[in-house]
Amino acid sequence: MLIVVLLGFILAFAAPLLHRVAGKYTYVPMALAALAAFVYFCSCLPAILEGALITQTQAWVPSLAINLDFYLDGLSLLFALLISGFGTLIMVYAGGYLKGDPLLGRFYLYLMLFMVAMLGVVTAGNIFSLFVFWELTSLSSYMLIGFKHQKEESRNAALQALLITGGGGLALMAGLLLLGNASGSYSFTELLNRGEMVRAHALYLPALVLICIGAFTKSAQFPFHFWLPNAMAAPTPVSAYLHSATMVKAGIYLLARLTPVMGGTDVWQYTLMLVGGSTTVLGAFLAVQHTDLKAILAYTTISALGMLVTMTGIGSAPALEAMVVFLLAHALYKGTLFMVAGNVDHATGTREINKLQGLGKKMLPTALAGALAALSMAGVLPFFGFIGKELLYEAALEESTTRTAMFAVTFFSGLIFVAVALVVGYRIFWRKTGRQTPLEHGNTPLLYLPPLMLSGLGLLLGLIPAMLATPILRRAAEAMLGEEQVFELSLWHGFNMVLFISLLTLLLGYLLYRFTDRLHALVPRLSRIYRFGPGTLFYKAVKALPDAAGVLTRSIQTGYLRNYITIIILTLLGFLAYALIPNSPSLELADRLPLIMNIRVYEFVLILLIMAALYMLHNSKSRLTSIAILGIIGYSVAVFFILFGAPDIAATQLLIETLTVVLFVLVLHKLPSFHNLTSIQTKIKYIMVSLLFGGTMTYVLLLVKQFPLDSRLKEYFGQASYLQGQGRNIVNVILVDFRAMDTLGEITVLAVAAIGILALFKLQLDKEEKP
Amino acid sequence: MNKLLLILPLLLPLYGAILCLFFWFRPRAQKIVSLLAQLGLVSASLYLLLHVNSAGIIKTQIGSWPAPFGITLVADLFSCLMVLSSSIIGLALIVYSLQGLDGARQRFGYYPLVLLLQLGIGGACLTGDLFNLFVWFELLLICCFVLISLGGTKAQLEGAIKYVTINIIASSILLMGIGVVYGTLGSLNMAELASLVRMPETDTSLVSMAGMFFLLAFGIKSAVFPLFFWLPASYHTPPIAISAFIGGLITKVGVYALVRTFTLIFAINLELSLPLIMLIAGFTMVIGVLGAAAQKDFRKILSFHIVSQIGYMVMGLAIYTPLALAGSIFFIIHNILVKTNLFLISGVVAQRHGSFGLKKLGGVYLLQPVLALLFVLSAFSLAGIPPFSGFWGKFMLAKAGFDAQDYTIVATSLAVSLFTIFSMTKIWNEVFWKKKPAEAGVENTTHEMEPESAAARTTRRLMYVPVIFLTLLILYIGLYAEQLISLSGRAAEQLLNHELYIHVVLSK
Repeated sequence: MLIVVLLGFILAFAAPLLHRVAGKYTYVPMALAALAAFVYFCSCLPAILEGALITQTQAWVPSLAINLDFYLDGLSLLFALLISGFGTLIMVYAGGYLKGDPLLGRFYLYLMLFMVAMLGVVTAGNIFSLFVFWELTSLSSYMLIGFKHQKEESRNAALQALLITGGGGLALMAGLLLLGNASGSYSFTELLNRGEMVRAHALYLPALVLICIGAFTKSAQFPFHFWLPNAMAAPTPVSAYLHSATMVKAGIYLLARLTPVMGGTDVWQYTLMLVGGSTTVLGAFLAVQHTDLKAILAYTTISALGMLVTMTGIGSAPALEAMVVFLLAHALYKGTLFMVAGNVDHATGTREINKLQGLGKKMLPTALAGALAALSMAGVLPFFGFIGKELLYEAALEESTTRTAMFAVTFFSGLIFVAVALVVGYRIFWRKTGRQTPLEHGNTPLLYLPPLMLSGLGLLLGLIPAMLATPILRRAAEAMLGEEQVFELSLWHGFNMVLFISLLTLLLGYLLYRFTDRLHALVPRLSRIYRFGPGTLFYKAVKALPDAAGVLTRSIQTGYLRNYITIIILTLLGFLAYALIPNSPSLELADRLPLIMNIRVYEFVLILLIMAALYMLHNSKSRLTSIAILGIIGYSVAVFFILFGAPDIAATQLLIETLTVVLFVLVLHKLPSFHNLTSIQTKIKYIMVSLLFGGTMTYVLLLVKQFPLDSRLKEYFGQASYLQGQGRNIVNVILVDFRAMDTLGEITVLAVAAIGILALFKLQLDKEEKP
Repeated sequence: MNKLLLILPLLLPLYGAILCLFFWFRPRAQKIVSLLAQLGLVSASLYLLLHVNSAGIIKTQIGSWPAPFGITLVADLFSCLMVLSSSIIGLALIVYSLQGLDGARQRFGYYPLVLLLQLGIGGACLTGDLFNLFVWFELLLICCFVLISLGGTKAQLEGAIKYVTINIIASSILLMGIGVVYGTLGSLNMAELASLVRMPETDTSLVSMAGMFFLLAFGIKSAVFPLFFWLPASYHTPPIAISAFIGGLITKVGVYALVRTFTLIFAINLELSLPLIMLIAGFTMVIGVLGAAAQKDFRKILSFHIVSQIGYMVMGLAIYTPLALAGSIFFIIHNILVKTNLFLISGVVAQRHGSFGLKKLGGVYLLQPVLALLFVLSAFSLAGIPPFSGFWGKFMLAKAGFDAQDYTIVATSLAVSLFTIFSMTKIWNEVFWKKKPAEAGVENTTHEMEPESAAARTTRRLMYVPVIFLTLLILYIGLYAEQLISLSGRAAEQLLNHELYIHVVLSK
């Protein structure tokens, strides 16, 4: 399986190159590759049908216990066959559908990437390798939805799908992490045996909620369903493959896969039934309101996905049986119908059902495929869809606590499916009112053969279910139930309650179909409700986000340096207060106060000088005075250094102060004229901040001085500087020997500054270039 | 042997820069010298990493003055990884600049500046002395300032002024912090400090107060909330080669210093500092990503994203478990590569289409499919979509967070990564997918039709080289993540094992 996946990825990235060579025949190697995967999985069938389990292990990131494990049982194999088999047909179909598109190579890249990733999802044996493939499907889906990238509609739909499934993916990641923590393993082989442990764990509930969000977003469950109809912006092969048959079922697969681990609890059951049930009803309800063929199909897909979730939620043996059968049946007929819709669109240039009629004779093969699929969808004997529908009713009726609700849900969606099937399979092809829709061109075999084959399979499985479908479906259901299961599929169950309901569904569904046009007339009245739908809300949120973020950002990033500095100073003070207030050593000022008495007169004079200078600084009316006053403060500080016995530092300080004043005066005439724009309030604010800062620093210094400094450094430097460093001036020896590295760094700083100054003077690109 | 290994990553850029200065009027010679120095630096750093990986932490004393009196250079896995990744970025940048930077700037000391910047990074990552660390940060500051202002356009100067003012404040606060540490503990050697703070008689409250100075100073340097102002104000102003380099690297050196000091020295009273760091991490992620969402310029989006992603790196420090720190380290390395690459891609786009504005760009998907692919790979790496490199960092951090039961920060980080996807797709939508807006009608189309001259084509090809090189690296650490993850894991263990560090430095 690893090899299948790796080869697939390589082939995917080779697709654009292949397209250059093979042109319109690119579909041949692509379809053959998909077929090879299908054949490979078929070769696994005998072993799986005997109840074996195929696993492969390949170390990937062992440090994080994430490995490229593969785990193939009945459930995985069912999905894998579906994906690769359907994939083969779609590769062919896409070759016809997008013939002549210059970007066909890239299309195959994404499609192949998707197929491989999807195969990865269903065969992964490690929850995180599953997750990796899961996200890759979202990614390739994004690229495919946005395939017609110059249309804004496509881009928005792609973005929406990515954000919803991507967001769900993040929830899923968190959920899987929690699941891993609860079970102590990421590997399905171990995980599947630790169900009790997981369900009893405190993390069970959060993990369940998060994983469900992941699965629901991917499988378009309410309230995340709205991305799926928009995703119909993708070319039809994509809609048929990703957005009805495979990718949207990844969520279902995940729930099914985790049923033995997390299923069976009340939370699980009611969540899935509630969400699945409401999705079923909502999807069906919305399906009849649309007139765009693909939209109708998309909403019925949502409804069907809801049904699958509901059945998984019920979790009884009949329900899971119904789930796998319905899953297969739905994939077969819905994939076909999408391709039929695509063919109609391709040939006539429209998908509006009101504009389409009488196409049957001109598009006979397509119409035939449509009819077969529609019959299966409606649940007519002897199609596979019929068996699926029967089992759904049985499962709903056997549910104990919520029987009525479950039955109502199933029945309602059943009705609508019949009505929709009539629209898609009958109305657009055979209804004889008005004139025929003109065809722009006919369909090529590449377009009508795949849907024919797929719908034919639906009939075949219905006729001889025991031979083709039962064995693998049984193993799939067993994988979910975790126990051996007797499983019989047959067309004829005798005259019983369920058969009666089936017939009733067909009848009422037909009546509903007759009223389709009148229903559509009512739709505009409902539009007011949809303004509060999750789709609209999402759209508004995405639109509003940049603006809201902009307001927030501008309030922080004001562009004024003085604001930035204030915030930085205040933050520092906040940090210090945070660290000092709970456990500051007490400041013992009592024995320090007498020290004030020792202050010498000239020190007082200096302090007074600085104070006076500060006052004047705040009132100065010109730059020159300000600079001169700053100079005074600097010189006073230098005098302090002298007083405290650091003549070399004082000398440096004097030099720097002098230089600063001189430089300032030199550039003074280049600066704009001086205006005092700050108001009194602002000034007071800044003075307060400064005082606070100064006060805190004093406090900190006093605290630090309170503890005697005992350092080995002084002593060592004192001894070593003459004996080993050969220098009498300790400071010099420190600078050029003990800590020469610092000096090297500082010299470099000066050199860089010199380059900078030179560049600033000589290189002013604004003036050289034209503006 | 140790001596040479540790000193080479500093000497090579220094000598390279000095040689370049000798060739001041001969940019061509400077190109050759800097390329050679850069190649040497990459190999030296790689060799250092391999050596430390097999032999453990190594150190040397400058001038053979014994620790704690002289200055120590130490290399553990974390510092080696930093040095190696920055030298790789340096190499990519120099190759890019050969064609991607205007001649005027190349003549005014661009190459020596880039080399000296790497001297600063190397020094900051390898030093074992607190004051020496400060010196290297000074070098970084001045190099960045000169690089940002190089060219002297108005926007550049405005950005440079903000950059330099705020960063000088940061430096002074750092210096105050160092003063407080020295005043309390009487040493500057990081290993000795590490052992001193853990002595029972030390007053830890003063040390943790000193830690606040460091938190603030390195917080400014690494652009965390609410101290990041200088970054969005300055990073988009210089030419792309320069903002790519600074944007990819400098903030991470700040994070490096933060992680280093808070695992080695201020690893006391953690119950006090970690919640604060956690808060900073969360807000940094959120505010940064929202800032990015508001931007309409390729480079500005990338700049704000730097802020957001610093949050992730700090988050690992705040969780403070081996896995979390490993996640931080992985994230830093990943981010250095990816962010630089995205900046470079924006530069390639701008070189061809003449703009960074999302409104003016479009159609790159059709015109330059290879570039589109390169962008997608990097962008999805940045957004943390598996199996690309960003995912692994995110995964480690999320797992560590869950293990430590810090649920809020994990939830925040995951939500933020959704917004990251949003910003990246915004660029993708506008720059790559959208039709190029027909601005000023006819004039534009003729411009597009104009065939590229042969010289322009070589230029473009040469600019692709570093982008492809970095993309391959990103793919490598994403698809074959085990190597870097286990390296980061061991680096994190070294960080948390201070005894080992102290022993290596202080023993003879």
